[in-house]
Amino acid sequence: MIQFEKFQLDNGLKVLVHQDTSTPMAVVNVLYNVGAKDEDPNKTGFAHLFEHLMFGGSVNIPVYDEPLQRAGGENNAYTTNDLTNYYCQIPAENIETAFWLESDRMLSLAFSKKSLEVQRKVVCEEFKEHYINKPYGDTWHKMRSLAYTQHPYRWMTIGASLQHVEDATMEDVKDFFFQFYRPNNAILVVTGNVQTEQVKQLAQKWFGPIEAGKPYVRNLPKEPVQEKSRSMDVRADVPLDMLMMTWHMGGRFDEGYHATDLITEVLGGGASARLYEQLIKVKQIFSSIDCYHFGTVDPGLLVIEGKLVKGVSMAVAEKAVLEEVEKIKNNILDAKEVQKVINKTESVICFEDMSIMNRAHSLAYYELLGDADLMNKELSMYQKVTPAMIQHTAQQIFQDSNRNTLYYYSKS
Amino acid sequence: MALDRIVAPLIKDAIDFDIQLKPYQKFALDNGVEVYAYEGGAQEVLMVDMVFDAGNTYEPKNWVAAATNFLLKNGTSTKTSFEITDAFEFYGAHLNRTCTNETATVTLHCLTKHFESVIPLMGEIVSEATFPEKEIAILKQNQIQRLLLNLKKGDFIANRLIDEYLFGIQHPYGKYSVEQDYKNITREDLVAFYKQYYQEGKCVIFIAGKFPTNIQALLNKHIGQLPLNKKEIKEQAHPIVSATEKKYSIVNDAASVQGSIRLARPFITRHHPDFPATQVLNNLFGGFFGSRLMSNIREDKGYTYGIHSFLQNYKHAGVWMVSTDAGKDVCTATIAEVYKEMKKLREELVEEEELKLVKNYMLGALLGDLDGPFQIISRWKSYLLNDLSEEYFYRTIQVVRALQPEEIIALANTYLNEEDFYELVVY
Repeated sequence: MIQFEKFQLDNGLKVLVHQDTSTPMAVVNVLYNVGAKDEDPNKTGFAHLFEHLMFGGSVNIPVYDEPLQRAGGENNAYTTNDLTNYYCQIPAENIETAFWLESDRMLSLAFSKKSLEVQRKVVCEEFKEHYINKPYGDTWHKMRSLAYTQHPYRWMTIGASLQHVEDATMEDVKDFFFQFYRPNNAILVVTGNVQTEQVKQLAQKWFGPIEAGKPYVRNLPKEPVQEKSRSMDVRADVPLDMLMMTWHMGGRFDEGYHATDLITEVLGGGASARLYEQLIKVKQIFSSIDCYHFGTVDPGLLVIEGKLVKGVSMAVAEKAVLEEVEKIKNNILDAKEVQKVINKTESVICFEDMSIMNRAHSLAYYELLGDADLMNKELSMYQKVTPAMIQHTAQQIFQDSNRNTLYYYSKS
Repeated sequence: MALDRIVAPLIKDAIDFDIQLKPYQKFALDNGVEVYAYEGGAQEVLMVDMVFDAGNTYEPKNWVAAATNFLLKNGTSTKTSFEITDAFEFYGAHLNRTCTNETATVTLHCLTKHFESVIPLMGEIVSEATFPEKEIAILKQNQIQRLLLNLKKGDFIANRLIDEYLFGIQHPYGKYSVEQDYKNITREDLVAFYKQYYQEGKCVIFIAGKFPTNIQALLNKHIGQLPLNKKEIKEQAHPIVSATEKKYSIVNDAASVQGSIRLARPFITRHHPDFPATQVLNNLFGGFFGSRLMSNIREDKGYTYGIHSFLQNYKHAGVWMVSTDAGKDVCTATIAEVYKEMKKLREELVEEEELKLVKNYMLGALLGDLDGPFQIISRWKSYLLNDLSEEYFYRTIQVVRALQPEEIIALANTYLNEEDFYELVVY
């Protein structure tokens, strides 16, 4: 059970505090309710590029990192399709430094030309390192645009193309900032060796004077129900054939969400899961295979992907995967297998909650979903899932018309 | 009064923090196996690390140590591979294996309430593993495929080659496996290695987290009766044969858009009196986000997504390494900038402010690194396995606090000379 207190500033900034006096450290986490899905389809990669620009100096502080490091702190950030999250860990005694830095970059960036120029290049190198100069690096680029026709999940956070990042102008950057990086579009979470009263004073002092922005009303195109299975062939200079299948699934608020999560555990969660045991060990069709899902706020994808053992044909591999999928649709799980995946989930939650950093991330994320206390109800949501719900959800998701398949062939 | 956003709030310098390495508890099992324990944390979880002297330095031929370690849980005298994994996973427990140069480890993470149910299995795999032929065949096949994939990656090739240049292909720190090595392994190799280095091997245990009250009795029952620590295990001396040629450029993939750059020199170990101070120099040079390499090559020039310098601590040797992936057309320029930064450190006194920032960053990070029971035991493990003590911990803090710009220049002149570095780019 993670205890926390919550309040809101007049400018709309939500603040959550979780105290843990066993640590000398504190974490200050600022989540902005903007992700790659909020981007203009012609200017993709912006939310992520922004994450870089946020370290290029703010209106009153020329560099973000130095003062933080001087105070013994460390920081980082990440961007997903749904959100952007900034966090720093710092000795609790120096926590005001983090408030000073985070509030100044929420107030306004410096919008330095040099920073934009350099970070465009850095992001292009990141793009190359992860998505071009890496075998199978373009897989998700292709799969997303195959599976989604309307919803902005159809591009990756790094951007749909290098060109969009290269073309980013200072005007674009400013517009994006003042649209999304406002207190009423953010959640501040402070965890560690802090007191609520102290956080209240600091939040009011540093974030209180920042003006609210125009409320952001998200109105994203919905992905229409897929009516026919889709596929794509790829041939590339990779050593092994790869098969990737995805199926549309419900979003974070869907009633089948927790059952879907458990389905991926039954199929792909570890070396005793079905796909590993049947397709790697017993049938030796794949040399590696995984099953997971997006976990996104809006309807995501359930994924099965694996690399084929050399000499096995794509058709055999595909058939073998679909057989496992049919099994979970046609046969009800026994109670022990359900208990196993619930136990695993309990364990994952307990280990995740060990650090004040993870607790801060989770509180911010669940608050974004609507209520941070959902974090404490998560395990009971899994415990409520029955074998019948798993089967029902599997039958809904694993329909052929709902499937997208990428046949990724080795040229050699 | 208007809020002053220009001037930074007052801070307490991290160099003034009282940083403590909390002590461990220690007890011995009936068979003499020592257990180092740190109890704490808010979550009802714990970890058990069994560390064997079974790293690749002991193997008679390539890959034996790693394959033995990997296959520990793929079959015992009473259970199949699936039954073992399923039993751990049923309780939400994780069993990981890692094999390094000197040691090989079996690590259990589990909920405290399930410890009693899974510890017998842990005892079983380190005493009754059977290495079924079928499991070996599957591992070989998958390992060869994984290698084929890795050989496509420039950074993988670069990491292997730079170690080979530094230590020689015969040395445990320099060697790596090729396809034929995987094929050459037999069941007999694994069984013999297992008997000598696990069943009758030398083991030490580290535990941390929330313990069940009967943890000592349970460890004694399931591990304390095994015939461990009876025989002496001799570490073989391996001569280092460094390459004579220092500069390499290799094309692994003509279509590559980046080059993987590695600059590395042989270096001292943590037992050398200079080591604590060189950590400060390393951080200043390229050890964190605010370092000179990162500021110059990423933040000023945008040549790379990231560039890092680090001190690799092996038990018997050290390496100072600079590692980055940079755009193909700027690899040469990147290397030139790295050498320029070395030269600057050799010739110009570092400003007091910059040095203080690095010190504060290091000690603040250290405070954060020691936060939590797993982190504390992991620090102790690293010390105890390398014959270091808490004296080393406190001396390091002292040295970091007191280090002067003149000492930094002297260290840079000793350790950061271009001609001592091997240089490799893999495109």
